[in-house]
Amino acid sequence: MNLIACVKQVPDTEAQIKVKADGSGIEEAGIKWVMNPYDEFGVEEALRLKEKAGGTVTVVSVGPARAMETIRTALAMGAEKGVHITDLDNADAFATASALAAAIKEIPFDIVFCGQRAIDDDSAQVGSILAELLGVPQVTIVTKLEVADNKIKAVKPIEGAQLLIEAAMPCVVTAQKGLNEPRYASLPGIMKAKKKPVDVKKAADYGISADFKAKLAKMMPPPSRPPGKIIQGDDPAVKAAELVKLLREEAKVI
Amino acid sequence: MAKGVWFVAEQRDGALRKVSFECASTARKLADETGDEVCAVLLGSGVEGLAAELGKYGVDKVYLADAPVFAQYQTDSYANAVAKIVKEKAPAILLLSWSVLGKDLASRLVGKLATGMASDCVELRIDNGRLVAKRPMYAGKCFGEITFASDPQMAGLRPNVFPVAENVKAAAVEKFDAGVSDGDVKAKVVEVQKDTSGKVDLTEAEIIVSGGRGMKGPENYAILEELAAVLGATVGASRAAVDAGWRPQSDQVGQTGKVVSPNLYIACGISGAIQHLAGMSSSKYIVAVNKDPDAPIFQKADYGIVDDLFKVVPEVTKAAKSLLG
Repeated sequence: MNLIACVKQVPDTEAQIKVKADGSGIEEAGIKWVMNPYDEFGVEEALRLKEKAGGTVTVVSVGPARAMETIRTALAMGAEKGVHITDLDNADAFATASALAAAIKEIPFDIVFCGQRAIDDDSAQVGSILAELLGVPQVTIVTKLEVADNKIKAVKPIEGAQLLIEAAMPCVVTAQKGLNEPRYASLPGIMKAKKKPVDVKKAADYGISADFKAKLAKMMPPPSRPPGKIIQGDDPAVKAAELVKLLREEAKVI
Repeated sequence: MAKGVWFVAEQRDGALRKVSFECASTARKLADETGDEVCAVLLGSGVEGLAAELGKYGVDKVYLADAPVFAQYQTDSYANAVAKIVKEKAPAILLLSWSVLGKDLASRLVGKLATGMASDCVELRIDNGRLVAKRPMYAGKCFGEITFASDPQMAGLRPNVFPVAENVKAAAVEKFDAGVSDGDVKAKVVEVQKDTSGKVDLTEAEIIVSGGRGMKGPENYAILEELAAVLGATVGASRAAVDAGWRPQSDQVGQTGKVVSPNLYIACGISGAIQHLAGMSSSKYIVAVNKDPDAPIFQKADYGIVDDLFKVVPEVTKAAKSLLG
């Protein structure tokens, strides 16, 4: 099988995010960069399918020079090769998906995996736009996947139900937590990854311009919350009663 | 010149979901500023009767495609139908709810319409006749304002954030031929397994009672379930509790779980790791119960109790029960 995993480099979940004074972006100093956690599930699923059925896993990433580390991480986990698309900073989802689609169209594929969203911009659009641009079906936010007879069967949780969805390959699947438990890269894996091929392309090589349809005009810190009230006292029952009273009479939420 | 504020109504099993009224009310507010009409796109099977209900929330016109192929949401049938009517009528603004199915449809539409969209918005306004969307990023560690260079200007509305306001309008129904057949559905829903517990999803819950590492084990969540039952709340969990296998993954609140905005979030035995705070700090009111006075969760909390949660929570349940009956 020919499997593709799209990956994005993002700040670690424990990172403090500070907005630059002019609102043009975030302060990158001191940030630890990692593979988007949802993309890890996609890489892992692609590797498991390859290990079962044979084939190749190609990692594709849009990102600045530092994103190469994330591609190497996926190669160290076991992917065979990579494509790194640069020169598309501050891209919207449509431009990012267009670049990914252009790169993927040059590779035969059965399933393209994406994370269900990236934990930096939280946009959750790229996988579906990519599916549309590739002209293939999508199943998003997948927690369980079976592949047989050139078809996928996927479980997708929605509010109050689970959907079982079937689609013919080729297709795009976006991975949700629960799909699998991603492996760590082994030391020999990390050594081997250094020699695996990564094709570095500029967005312009695919005819993608920086003329974005949605623009991040301004960033700002979250609204600050007023200081809270610590309910004092020794008796849990008294404090609990006071809390319930406040929720009822002051906050009016119960 | 593109005109009109549109939204896609979300129905399930023939009933409109609350997010549809949130979209309708928001569309009305925007349209009153731009001097436009509010139009809804409604897809389903035997759903014509729902149009009047949309009219209650300010909808002038409903574009209806009623056919068995739309009985169940499926990406291909819904996206093809909405794209067809949107391309034909060219609205300026297209809103969808950022529910699980709403975001699947919305994102596919961005591809079909080759346009821009702001996901998961919490505030929308008109500036110089154009839409400006405000949304949390990095799970709420910061916010961004999105502007649009193409039409339709698309935005996904975070559930439970935008107010619902009655404003009765005609909601004239115009049926359209979506030109969609079963053969167009490439990703087929073959089974729907309903959760019979009746539990409201965390993303749509008005009250959440959440437990973390301080719960000490899966069996102790019973005290949170009891409190939740009294308050009509949904039980959530921190990543630590989910990773320990105490609670299902679908219960996780945080940057790698669900990002939630309930009216009330009660955090029990949750210290407040930054990835957790990111997922719940847009809650309207936050309560923290933790025996560690230095736990970071207290910096976000409106009300805090520094004590043993195993003593406090059952007392809160008792007090709430005597108040609420």
